[in-house]
Amino acid sequence: MNTPLTTPKDRGGPAQPLLLLNGLKKHFPIRGGMFGGTVATVRAVDGVSFAVRKGETLGIVGESGCGKSTTARLLMRLMDPDAGDMVFDGEAVGVNVQAGGITLKEYRRQVQMVFQDSYASLNPRLPIEDSIAFAPKVHGVSGAEARERARELLAAVGLAPTQFARRYPHELSGGQRQRVNIARALALHPRLVLLDEPVSALDKSVEAQVLNLLMDLKEKFGLTYVFISHDLNVVQYISDRVLVMYLGQVAEQGPVEAIYNRPAHPYTQALLASRPSMDPARRRTEPPLTGDPPNPINPPSGCRFRTRCPHAEAVCADRAPVAAELGGGHEAACHMAAPGSGHSKAGRLAA
Amino acid sequence: MSEVMERPAVGTTQAAPLVRMRDVHVRFVTRDRTVHAVNGVDIDLAAGEVLCILGESGSGKSVTMRALMKLLPRFAQVSGSIAVGGRDVTAMSEGELQDFRGSEVAMIFQEPMTALDPVFTIGRQIAETVQRHEGVSRSAAMARALELFELVQIPSAKRRLEAYPHELSGGLRQRAMIAVALACRPKLLLADEPTTALDATVQIQVLLLLRQLQEQLGMGVIFVTHDLGVAGEIADRVAVMYAGKVVEEGPVGALMAGPLHPYPRGLLGATVQAGMRGKRLTTIPGAPPSLETVPTGCAFAPRCAEAEPACSDAVPAPRAPVAGRMARCIHVAGG
Repeated sequence: MNTPLTTPKDRGGPAQPLLLLNGLKKHFPIRGGMFGGTVATVRAVDGVSFAVRKGETLGIVGESGCGKSTTARLLMRLMDPDAGDMVFDGEAVGVNVQAGGITLKEYRRQVQMVFQDSYASLNPRLPIEDSIAFAPKVHGVSGAEARERARELLAAVGLAPTQFARRYPHELSGGQRQRVNIARALALHPRLVLLDEPVSALDKSVEAQVLNLLMDLKEKFGLTYVFISHDLNVVQYISDRVLVMYLGQVAEQGPVEAIYNRPAHPYTQALLASRPSMDPARRRTEPPLTGDPPNPINPPSGCRFRTRCPHAEAVCADRAPVAAELGGGHEAACHMAAPGSGHSKAGRLAA
Repeated sequence: MSEVMERPAVGTTQAAPLVRMRDVHVRFVTRDRTVHAVNGVDIDLAAGEVLCILGESGSGKSVTMRALMKLLPRFAQVSGSIAVGGRDVTAMSEGELQDFRGSEVAMIFQEPMTALDPVFTIGRQIAETVQRHEGVSRSAAMARALELFELVQIPSAKRRLEAYPHELSGGLRQRAMIAVALACRPKLLLADEPTTALDATVQIQVLLLLRQLQEQLGMGVIFVTHDLGVAGEIADRVAVMYAGKVVEEGPVGALMAGPLHPYPRGLLGATVQAGMRGKRLTTIPGAPPSLETVPTGCAFAPRCAEAEPACSDAVPAPRAPVAGRMARCIHVAGG
């Protein structure tokens, strides 16, 4: 088998979302007790639906335990969801080709991932050139060709191949290693790149270099990004649309301007207000939220944010809010955003 | 505020600052290599002042702080003078250090889970510190622990004293560690990136708590961080470190509005802020130098856009263009 690896063709046209997730769930049982029975369940991802459009950067933000990394692993199919389905450019993921699906091997060729820990995600015993060439070889590219491609990619991410190709991961700095990880993710000509906190472990001056590189590569190779981060400023900088997660569910999603200028969900508002101000003259005196995010083992009934929400009312405990459309693809899962929900402030946000 | 935490007001207009470090060098010498982590740091801290040491990984910020408490491993060679409250830290014996740590100076760390002992309840750990330094009874120490928990705003304090560290959330653990640090009313609190591992909504709570406690108790605080935003939220003064040297120092407002040295200027440009969307980020090319040799010129020169041959000739002397500000750059005016 010697298929030349090229960027797979766009099948569904520009209007077809590149990746569509519907009702994705992943629960982890906690076993314990004398007979190892299930004593509790971590609802890491609990009914998440969203679309990744072609050519966009979708930012996913949230605090620890909100399920953003589990979502990334589900997207990459490093774990199987308990429920829900995934459609990649019109083809169901993990379904055989005869039934109109895309196999996992082919899916994973088109979707690649960059992890936060740049050192742990590289094989310490392989020179970086071989790490980059590994996956293309698995997919049937000849060794010489794969190595040539690896050197091209090293140059594309700003590492001179003559100087760096034969080095081992421990001989590189954190920023350089993250560049290698990015090069490796691009080696299979993917269409979608999942970036799970790719700059969180880097120093600020290096972070800016990597962010600039990601912007350049996106343009050069026509990529689509899913960018997961807890850094709201970085997400605002790089994303076209933003998804805010809280305790395994989507709290709010929409275009970046809408989310940052007109946040509708009280959690998004608090999250944005928690950013340290860069101006010492305008220091905050009151924290926007008190307490820590609750444990996803026993999430609160109804709206999961109600235990920390300043606007919580009886209806919030009774019913889980459904996503209310606020125009232009901006949605918030809050009773206040949905007219007629029974919340005393309902409907004020709707246009 | 509880009575127990009341402290005699800091002796007004003391001549000696709370912290005075002069020409401090730290070298780590092992068989394979020598790392010059800190290369001549001068730091002054007045009582009741908050100083942020800002720097990237490897800049020597944490090493400087550990030197202040004499917490460095044996193979570290420390030179220069370090005085806290007029006492020479470098000359202290092991016994004197044990009294000094905890009662005069206390430290909080980035990761409370590793800083707290997992096999004792939080209450026990606080009470132990109080008993050790103040020689009070166990029950009096536990009463103090409860007050401290209320001071750091831990809800249902009484129940949480009985908790083990793993039973608390990240934010509560960090508050508990602050309570341990404050147990003996230190005059100086050292904080090593205490909010870096916390979520955004929790980070701001802990920062505001620290600021409030610092004002209430009149402590001097040295706060190490790599995050300009955190410095902006808590500092009175900021010292920016690069390659083991303070390259710029000044009041937080002035420094963040207009840094003098090219390194903090680059750092400010490289920090993603709200409203920068669509603009290309300015970066600092290259990476910090390895510190296996002592820099002979300006350590930042290889990455600096304004570097000229004179930059590599000698280490730039500190210059003060305005009172209270200092930068080590030959392009800065003033002597």
